[in-house]
Amino acid sequence: MEEKSLYQPYLMRIAANIDETPDVKTFRLEFVKEDEGKSFSFKAGQFGEYSVFGEGESTFCIASSPTRSGYIECTFRKMGRVTKSLASREVGDIIGFRGPYGNIFPLDDWKGKSLLFVTGGIALPPLRCVIWNALDLRNNFKDITVVYGARTVRDLVYKHELEEWGKRGDVKLITTVDPGGETVEWKGEVGFVPTVLEKASPSSADTVALLCGPPIMIKLTLPILTKLGFSQDKIFTTLENRMKCGIGKCGRCNVGKYFVCKDGPVFTFAQVSQLPPEY
Amino acid sequence: MADKKIIRKSSLGELFKKIRSDGKRILAPVDRGGKILFEYVDSPGSIAPDYIQTTLSAKDTLLPRCEEMLRFRTEQKSVYLEESLNRPEPTLIFGVRPCDARSIAVLNAVYLINYTDDIYRQKIDTTTIVGVSCAKCDEYCFCTSVGGSPGDTAGSDMLLTQMDNDIYLAEILTDKGKAIAALAPELFAEGGDVDKNKHCADVPVRFDVKDLSKRLPGVFEDPVWIAQSLRCIGCGTCSYVCPACTCFDIQDETDGNRGVRLRCWDSCGFAQFTLHTSGHNPREVQSQRWRQRIMHKFSYQPDQLDVIGCVGCGRCSRTCPVDMNILQHITDILEVH
Repeated sequence: MEEKSLYQPYLMRIAANIDETPDVKTFRLEFVKEDEGKSFSFKAGQFGEYSVFGEGESTFCIASSPTRSGYIECTFRKMGRVTKSLASREVGDIIGFRGPYGNIFPLDDWKGKSLLFVTGGIALPPLRCVIWNALDLRNNFKDITVVYGARTVRDLVYKHELEEWGKRGDVKLITTVDPGGETVEWKGEVGFVPTVLEKASPSSADTVALLCGPPIMIKLTLPILTKLGFSQDKIFTTLENRMKCGIGKCGRCNVGKYFVCKDGPVFTFAQVSQLPPEY
Repeated sequence: MADKKIIRKSSLGELFKKIRSDGKRILAPVDRGGKILFEYVDSPGSIAPDYIQTTLSAKDTLLPRCEEMLRFRTEQKSVYLEESLNRPEPTLIFGVRPCDARSIAVLNAVYLINYTDDIYRQKIDTTTIVGVSCAKCDEYCFCTSVGGSPGDTAGSDMLLTQMDNDIYLAEILTDKGKAIAALAPELFAEGGDVDKNKHCADVPVRFDVKDLSKRLPGVFEDPVWIAQSLRCIGCGTCSYVCPACTCFDIQDETDGNRGVRLRCWDSCGFAQFTLHTSGHNPREVQSQRWRQRIMHKFSYQPDQLDVIGCVGCGRCSRTCPVDMNILQHITDILEVH
């Protein structure tokens, strides 16, 4: 096979197009060239540059699990030029993908441990990759707990998967919406993620926490995790900064001396606490 | 050890002819109304007779302001990637000052370490640098403070130092340099065992760059950045004239159903450089962006890539529309306790 140029994307065909919320979509992407799909591999936590030819590139995580091969999935909100254009694509359309880039969640190191996922809104996609990865290797882990919140019921992403996880006996799922965001049928919690987490009070014994969400949620959740006994090196997150190249060359996503694209996006809060506030 | 020869200035015309017949285009400094710019020349007669520093560096030969990364064609639901037209042409750059030649080490570190950038790789592989030592400097020059010198050989394939009106010392430094000398061996004579230093400018050392690198992390939160950047208008000129700035943006351009993806120079001085789609900006004010410029060059790059991202050419200070002076600012930063 011909050596691909560093910036040359894989051509990907949209195989499924799911409306998660009014402005959030999930695409399932299959490789146009089968041999590229066969040789492609990635690990949980990695991201890529997705492109609409003629509009540009945009950075999102790979939201599907590496245990599911032959395709990748991405979930994005319609926000800027590229994501708005992406959102207007249909099943069968071709888009570009470069990757996988960045470091990984060290799942291999977590064998035998319990996993606690705490997340809100559109920050579930990077953790959804890890959740499915862990569920597909369920015997490798002890308890799996997911605490997920959104502003309103409408803003919850992966609604069908939440339902599926809720039915499984081997996942403890707690969903919540902000006060006022509930519907008549809503059976989950009502309240902010930190409050709901504190009420659930999951054990920190032999447990790794993964925390992704809006800055305010992170700020208020960290003290709760600390109170529950999680040390900062046992709490993992992903940082996000504006990126162009994804490989440490274009120069903009650095937080101090580290590039989020190359040295991240996965960091522990022990690492984050040493970084200047440039994220 | 470099092979040292002498070559007569009057022989350069013959050498240029041989280089041209060898299939290389020659870029050399030309005087354009007082601005000294690299242009394509066929003979040394076109070269600016006297200049301290070229107004712009020759960086855009290796890293063009805007260059094609890929080419595509869209047809209804299909996309076809087409062969890129961005192919390097064998080039010899003549008259590169030693500071600018030194900046190639920075470009190499960014573009070749970790992921090898093949677009850049092809350009550097097909480019030969013939440096010319500096006999003069001005108050903006500080190469000796960042590891260089007016007769520094780093980055040049061949370095010429003018010994008198008609004689250059030619230091043949690399295989590419040897290949140039081999085009006309009769022009390179023995007699190169001379002291070039007395023919080079005396550039005083203005600060200790190791000390600066060591101290920068400690002054990250200091108000010095605010004081220095109050007048900065965020125009990005400093990045555009810098021979060691490497940051870029990626943009698509289309014409009908055909398009190109371009890499274009960018600057950490621009607010948009780090602006998130949400409106959040991790470096939202100019002082944070100015700090990034200094931290990147003098702290992060030495730490992560083992290069200093500044070669002391002085162009940012010469061209800044609001007279920010990097030497003065570094001196002030070093005085922060």
